Formats: sequence, C-alpha cells, structure tokens
Amino acid sequence: MKQLAKLAVALIPLVLMVGCGSKSGTSEEAGETAVKGGKPALEGGAMGRGPAAERLEAGQVGQAGQTGETAAQAGAASAESEADNFAALLQKRKIYFDFDKSDIKPEFRDIILAHAKYLAENPTVKLTIEGHCDERGTREYNMALGERRAFAVKRMLILNGASRDQITTISYGEERPEVEGHDESAWKWNRRAVLVYSE
Amino acid sequence: MTRWISALACWLCLMASAQATLTIEITEGVEDAEPIAVVPFGWQGQDAPAVDIAAIVAADLRRSGRFRPMAEKDMLAKPSQTAQIRFKNWRIMDVPYLVIGQMREVGENSYQVEFRLFDVFRAKQLTGYRMPPVRRAQLRMIAHQISDAVYQEITGERGAFATRLAYIKKLSKQADDPYRYLLFIADADTENERPVLRSRNPIFSPTWSPDGSKLAYAVARSTGQSIYVFNLASKRIVQLTRPGEKFSAPAWSPDGRKMAMAKLENGSSDIFVMDLDTLQKRRITRHWAIDTEPTWSPDGKSLVFTSDRGGSPQLYQYDFDTGKVKRLTFEGKQNLRASFSPDGRMICFVRMGEDGQHTIAVMDLENETTQVLSKRSQQESWHESPTFAPNGSMIMYAAIWHGKNVLAAISVDGRVHQRFSVKTGANVQEPAWSPFLD
Repeated sequence: MKQLAKLAVALIPLVLMVGCGSKSGTSEEAGETAVKGGKPALEGGAMGRGPAAERLEAGQVGQAGQTGETAAQAGAASAESEADNFAALLQKRKIYFDFDKSDIKPEFRDIILAHAKYLAENPTVKLTIEGHCDERGTREYNMALGERRAFAVKRMLILNGASRDQITTISYGEERPEVEGHDESAWKWNRRAVLVYSE
Repeated sequence: MTRWISALACWLCLMASAQATLTIEITEGVEDAEPIAVVPFGWQGQDAPAVDIAAIVAADLRRSGRFRPMAEKDMLAKPSQTAQIRFKNWRIMDVPYLVIGQMREVGENSYQVEFRLFDVFRAKQLTGYRMPPVRRAQLRMIAHQISDAVYQEITGERGAFATRLAYIKKLSKQADDPYRYLLFIADADTENERPVLRSRNPIFSPTWSPDGSKLAYAVARSTGQSIYVFNLASKRIVQLTRPGEKFSAPAWSPDGRKMAMAKLENGSSDIFVMDLDTLQKRRITRHWAIDTEPTWSPDGKSLVFTSDRGGSPQLYQYDFDTGKVKRLTFEGKQNLRASFSPDGRMICFVRMGEDGQHTIAVMDLENETTQVLSKRSQQESWHESPTFAPNGSMIMYAAIWHGKNVLAAISVDGRVHQRFSVKTGANVQEPAWSPFLD
C-alpha cells in the first residue's frame, strides 16, 4: 500500500507536465526573431555583397566544380589580366579541407591571399568565415573542427595583412552540408570554410 | 476548466498526428526470455477506450528482451478479476506469470486502472495496484508504470518504461528556410511524441537535468553557439552563456548544480564547468587541441571527454581531485561522445572504424575492455548518439536505416536489438533518455 502511495505521488508531476505542456503547443526557440537575416550563404548566396560583386554579376561564385582552379591559369602578365585574375580569385569563397584536417591546402593559398589583400585595402569591410565538416565524427566534435577550419583561414588572412577585427569565425559543424550524401563524393564538398562578406 | 479542455484537445491532436508515425520492430530477440501472459484488460464504461493497456504492457515487456508475452489468440481464457482465474489454464501452457486487470470510466474523461500480477505455479498474487484516475491521454503512461511494476517484481531490477526520450528532428530544406530543427519529447517507446521547441538554427546536444524537469541544449547561430535551458513545465527558456562567447556540448553534473561545457575559441575547444547558482565558469582543460563532449561520472568525481590531442579524437578522463587527465581509448580510428552507465561502471560511445563508419561501443571501466555493441549491416548503418536507459539495461542510438534516420536500441549485453522506424521521413537524431521521472 505504501508503494501504491508512491506511485500516486509519481503521477502528479506527469499530470502537471501534460497540462502545461500542451497549453501553447510548441515554443519558438529563444531569440529566434532576433536572427532574421542570419541565414548562411548556402549556395554562394552572399553574392551581391562583398568585393567586386557589381562587376561580376553571374552566378559562378563558389561553384563546387571550379574551386580547383588556381592562379596558374593566369599566365598573361598584363596589368589588366592581373586585375581580372585578382577579381576571379576574390569570387572564390570556398576553401576545402581533407578529412579531420584544418590545414590549408596549397591550391587554396592564392584565394586566401587575394582576400587578405582585399581586406587590407578595405579596412571597413567585415568578413565572416563559416567552418563546416562532413558527417563523419560526432556533431560536437565537428562543431569544434569547423571552428578550427574557420580559424585556420582567419589566421592566414591576418598573416597576410587583414586586420583581426575585420574577421569573425563561426562553425556549423556537420549541420549544413553543401551536398547531401553518405560517401566521399558528397563529403569532399562539405569539409569547407566559406567566406561571407558584410559591409 | 476551458483552458484544460482546449489544452487537452490540442494534446490529442498532437497525439493523433504522432500515433501513426512510429513503429517498433524487434530485430533480434532472446530465446530464453520468460513467458508471461498479459490478458486484455476488462472494461467498464461507455464506448471502448482507445488505449489497450495490456497490449502496451506486453510490448514493453517484449522490448526489454527479458520476456516473451503470449499471443492473445493462444489464451484459453481471459480473466480480468482474481475470482475468474483458473490457474491450470495457464499451467498447461507453461506460462509462469499472469497479468490481469481492468479499466473503469469513473467520470468524464477519467479512467481508473487496476492490475494484478500472479505466480501461476504457486497460484499466488505477487503484486497489484489500483492506479489513481487519469485522463485518456495519460493512459499510456499508466500502462508503462504497470510494466515497470511487473518488470521490477519479476527481475528485481527497476523498469525504465515510464520514462521519456528527447530527440531532434531536422526537417528537410524549404524554400525560404534552409532547415528546420525541432526538439521532441516522446515516451520511452517513442509513442506520444510532441514537439516542444523549434528553431531555424541547428539545435543539438539535448540533455536532461538529473531531476528530469529541464532540458539543456545548444544552438548554433550566425553569431556563435550558445547553451540554453528549457523548463518543461513552465516552457521558460534561459540562455546560460552570453552572446559573443561560443559554448556548446552541455552536460549536467549528477547533483544538477553544475554544467560542464565546451568553449570554442581561437580555433580550439576547451572544457569548462559552470556553477549554475552563480553562473561562474571554471576552466578544466587548456590545450591547443579540441577538447569537447564532456560527460560526468555518476559519482561526480570525473569527466570523460573527447580530445584530439593525440592526433585523432579519442576519449580521456579528467579527475577532479588530482586534476590529471588519462587516455581511455586506443583502438579504433576515432572514439567520441562518451556517456556513463547509471552505475558508473561503463561508458558507451561512438567508435569510427577504418572505413569511416560509426558504431556504438561500450567500455568496462574497471578492466578497460571494449566491446563493439551495435551491428552494422547493409540496411542499418551510421550508429551515433548513444544514450543509456536510466536503469542501465538498454542503449538507444540514432542510425541510418534504408537511407532514413531512425532510432534503434540494443540491450547492454547485446542480445536484444530493436528499431523504431519513422515513417514521416523526418530526420530523427540525438536521442537523450530521461532519468527516472519520480
């Protein structure tokens, strides 16, 4: 009988939970309304803001297939093509990484150097670097790994002339894949840092 | 009163929409499970009740792997009162345990349930209760409490059926809203699920307070990660960490007064402990490597966390008395996200093999032996986010099954495996099993 009384007591909090729980349905997660416009630049969506956006209106920013290209193509030495090359590099906003790594691969160096130069020449410009991971590893570990990738890009920008307060880093871990899928063909596009300008 | 009624209507709507979405499938069972007969409960009332108490109790007992409930069609009689029982009907079926009961409508939307458990061969009642009257929406929980009582009486261990789960659902991309994240609460059998929180930003790492009254979780916004505490009764949300600082991976201390967390800063991640009365934070680790996913031992004397200080993510244990850190895992490409069994003797965690696949492993902390628990197959892979039942008998985890994110569970001895299939196509992830709720 004593046990029965214990069971009865146990029921009271359940009753309360049910009563209150359904009162207003689902709550909106705190601060939600304050985050308007905080949408990440998923598909190079930051275009239209940032360097050279007016001159190059086509939608080629950060297209996955193009990121392997480097300054090597820009063989012509004229000032004009150099300027073109610089603009083209600035249009590349995605840096890709190896699995569980955060060091910058050589083919992305020129892109980062171009952004560093741009930031140095335009000290009022602000940049957010988003770090992302593939789905391997746990969510929290990937949050930290994404932060480390974003910071690796930030460090290289600072070493090459950008100012510390121009750049913030944020990690989305594995939460915002560029390509959905459970193998390397998707993963290689998801291990990335994305440069998002705001003025 | 009207508020109660509308609240109930709303609750029922949610229930109706949720009811068809989840099915349980027991993929592996145990041969030597104990036979038991759970006879359909008697009913005194107007219309037939929507809830079949006996079916829920039988399903609970079957899921534990310890019992093999008899099919209703094999029952020679269906007693609902002691006087109606003829024990020889059950002895000839070689069923050692019998559960009978009845449900009465005692008022408008008010039901009273009673049950009795008998030892068939000794013709003796082992236990029996008349439960306090409840509303229809609570009858499933009553059934789970009956399961707990039966389970405890026969096995001597506390049942964990009348507990809850929290998990995240990540809804698919929408035009104006890249992702939608919802925090759900459901009964431990994944029924009665209801959303309690939604966000356009990633919600992750939900974790129950030790008293089961609150959930802590992290949100990743464009301004950084923050930790929040959601009070389930009041629906109040408190942001624990300041905007501008990046904190993630919340873990309540066993006494509920502190919270361990990971701070993301300058490309690194370190463990801190926050005093929840003063909100003061104390640094626990200082390392250039990633330190994250802290979890408390049940005695509160140590934290196990994930660190890649050795070159790949592995598990380490921090001792509060000595301040020393000891590496726990050496095999496997990566070992991450540990949590303790309720008795503190084991941890379960995610192991990544050479092929990049995730499985659930358990380590006996005394002799430091590790066993990979979950079995990967072509159909079911990518096991992560393991969470112990509060009685330590089962581990629930998230998996990908035929391309869908589902919840699965396995008994700690590896003998029983079950899958909770989700038909809605929503991505269910990061289950967190509640503590005992009384």
